[in-house]
Amino acid sequence: MKINITSKDEVLANAKKELDEDIVKFIDECGKKDKSDSFLISVLHKVQDKYGYLSKEKLQAIAYLMKIPAAKVSGVASFYHYFHLKPKADIIINICMGTACFVKGAEAVGRKFKEVLGVDYNQITSDGKFMIMETRCLGMCAMAPVVKIGDDIYSKVTPDQVKILLEKY
Amino acid sequence: MTKKVTLTIDGKKVIVDENTTVMHAAEQIGVRIPRLCYQPQLSIEGSCRVCIVQVKGYNYFLTSCSTKVEEGMEVQTNSPEIRKARRDIVELLLDNHPKECQLCERDGNCELQNLAYSLGVRERLFEGQRKRHKIEDSSVSVVRDAEKCILCSRCIRVCKEVQGVYNLSQHYRGFNTVVCPFDESNMDDSVCIQCGQCINACPTAAFLEKRHTEQVWEAINDPNKLVIVQTAPSIRAAIGEGFGYEPGTPCTGKMVTALKKLGFDLVFDTNFGADMTIIEESNELIRRLSSKENLPLITSCSPGWINFMEKFYPELIPHASTCRSPMSMVSALTKTHFAKKINKDPKDIFMVAIMPCVAKKYEIQRPEHIIDQNPITDAVLTTRELIWMIKSYGIEFKQLEDSDFDDPLGESTGGGDIFGTTGGVMEAALRCAFEKITKRKLDQIEFKTVRAVEGLRESEIEIDGIKLNVAVANGITNAKTILDKVISKEKQYHLVEIMACPGGCIGGGGQPYPPKGYEILDKKLFAKRANALYAIDKNKKCRIATENESIKKLYKEFLKEPGSDIAHKILHTHYHPRYPRGI
Repeated sequence: MKINITSKDEVLANAKKELDEDIVKFIDECGKKDKSDSFLISVLHKVQDKYGYLSKEKLQAIAYLMKIPAAKVSGVASFYHYFHLKPKADIIINICMGTACFVKGAEAVGRKFKEVLGVDYNQITSDGKFMIMETRCLGMCAMAPVVKIGDDIYSKVTPDQVKILLEKY
Repeated sequence: MTKKVTLTIDGKKVIVDENTTVMHAAEQIGVRIPRLCYQPQLSIEGSCRVCIVQVKGYNYFLTSCSTKVEEGMEVQTNSPEIRKARRDIVELLLDNHPKECQLCERDGNCELQNLAYSLGVRERLFEGQRKRHKIEDSSVSVVRDAEKCILCSRCIRVCKEVQGVYNLSQHYRGFNTVVCPFDESNMDDSVCIQCGQCINACPTAAFLEKRHTEQVWEAINDPNKLVIVQTAPSIRAAIGEGFGYEPGTPCTGKMVTALKKLGFDLVFDTNFGADMTIIEESNELIRRLSSKENLPLITSCSPGWINFMEKFYPELIPHASTCRSPMSMVSALTKTHFAKKINKDPKDIFMVAIMPCVAKKYEIQRPEHIIDQNPITDAVLTTRELIWMIKSYGIEFKQLEDSDFDDPLGESTGGGDIFGTTGGVMEAALRCAFEKITKRKLDQIEFKTVRAVEGLRESEIEIDGIKLNVAVANGITNAKTILDKVISKEKQYHLVEIMACPGGCIGGGGQPYPPKGYEILDKKLFAKRANALYAIDKNKKCRIATENESIKKLYKEFLKEPGSDIAHKILHTHYHPRYPRGI
């Protein structure tokens, strides 16, 4: 990364540009409090809520504004499963691969989703809308195979229903 | 008065100060509890679990490094159960570690290997999944091999606590945990200052210097190359440790002989460059003292410190001496004036520098040290690499005769020798500067108050009514104390010496791993190495840089006078702020 940023003010100005005004304000507030470091997780939550994920640039900006070494910031962000370091799609499609769903044909359903959307598991469609993920048992084995699109649950899904399901989104 | 606590360890009554750890209390009765992540100079981590003991009343083992003594405590440091648990712990570490000890740089000198042996790991009972990571060797100085990492966090702690850099942190969790810089970037693209203290602190080989040995062998075997080597002041004080000498045994003569046996055509002394640095730097100091600009002058020999300044304190760049490091001065003079004198194309000269330092590997590829597309230094070997080469060649170091450095860049004064330890540059500069300012010979040329053995020294030195406020720091955390005062203008210093590594070059990131009986960052070890240098200095006829005859001749023939245009071109450099900026 070759960036010509020299003065401390420039570094800070650049960091502020990277983040939403409200978040910068929140960080400023935190800075005035005791143990300001301890607000790191709250800040990470706010940034992820706003931008969907924590990019390298955003993490670096958080580090500068909170005066926390960048290695610590990325260390914390990567530790918690809740934080995403890569862009996330708008809608996550979870295909249940628990034993019951698997036996009832979840794999073929997954294959169809991949075919229709033209992406592999854990990849995002080019329009940023969908990402297909395999998941472990969703606890609805009687309705296998189960697919969860966003917050909606679909039961006894067959490959030929995939297109119709996707049209709803 | 400190409260005393009475406890029993292995049935023996022990009385210690309160707040003592069980591990230290046990040492008082001659029991050394096995340990791995614990290091006396670093904070307590308690992550490796090797130092477990049994304490009465607890139905689980406690880590002795992090457990404080309590009145009436009954501790058992050894039992079949404890021994088995310790062995299992180490075995589990090994299970998640490459099984390639013979191929490893640290074979025979690895704490994990030694521990496994001493705890009696003789067969491998566990066989499970092993973490897989690529070796990160895209940096020019420090190589990171995460598969060998056992997550003891010694590197993280030394980087954060001793160096104040905080470039390393654990990322991800559980089985996937990996120690790396921000965003898993390589060392060059992170805020790493390339000091190499992570290498020294690592119990295995998860961090290593980038090897230059192969290219050096190759150059030696190339009949068209004139291969010249120079050795830093601190090498002579530490190299003996690699061959079984007591730490602090000066081995200058044997080292020179060994280098000649290895096939180097000429052996120069970086001390020559150190003397040269002092002459140029004291000239710079005197100029700045009279113009009152950019004071304090801050020394620039330590490339780790220079990297730190560019990444963390770029505001201080105008304060840094523009002198190239002694190594780069010797290299620059060799590839310009000396090459011309012996009628050799600089491209046919291969310049090798033996350094206690890993950051020097970074320094040599900086554009400022490349003249006419030709790097002035071609390779840097650490003390460890040189020791390996000598052993690999089959040279019996202890049986070697002494020999002298080659002329003309082999002569040096005692002022050059002490460059290798903290306060040395300061002392050598003071010897030279005061002589120039007062225009008389000094009665006392030893400035013992600047020998910053504890890491940080500030003093006021007065000769003939001239007062200089000086500060010496080694280890970046110590340096920060001074630098913050410079920035806040809380105190007006005139001259500041900063060495990135604890103890100065004698504790450099390329020095031998501590011999048996010493710890990492061991002040006792540093003191021994430093004393070797002070002894060499004391025994020299000439101890002030200005008395170096070869240098006098060089100014007459080539450089004209300190600070001249040609001296600036050959001997000076410049710095620039860098990104990412450290916090």
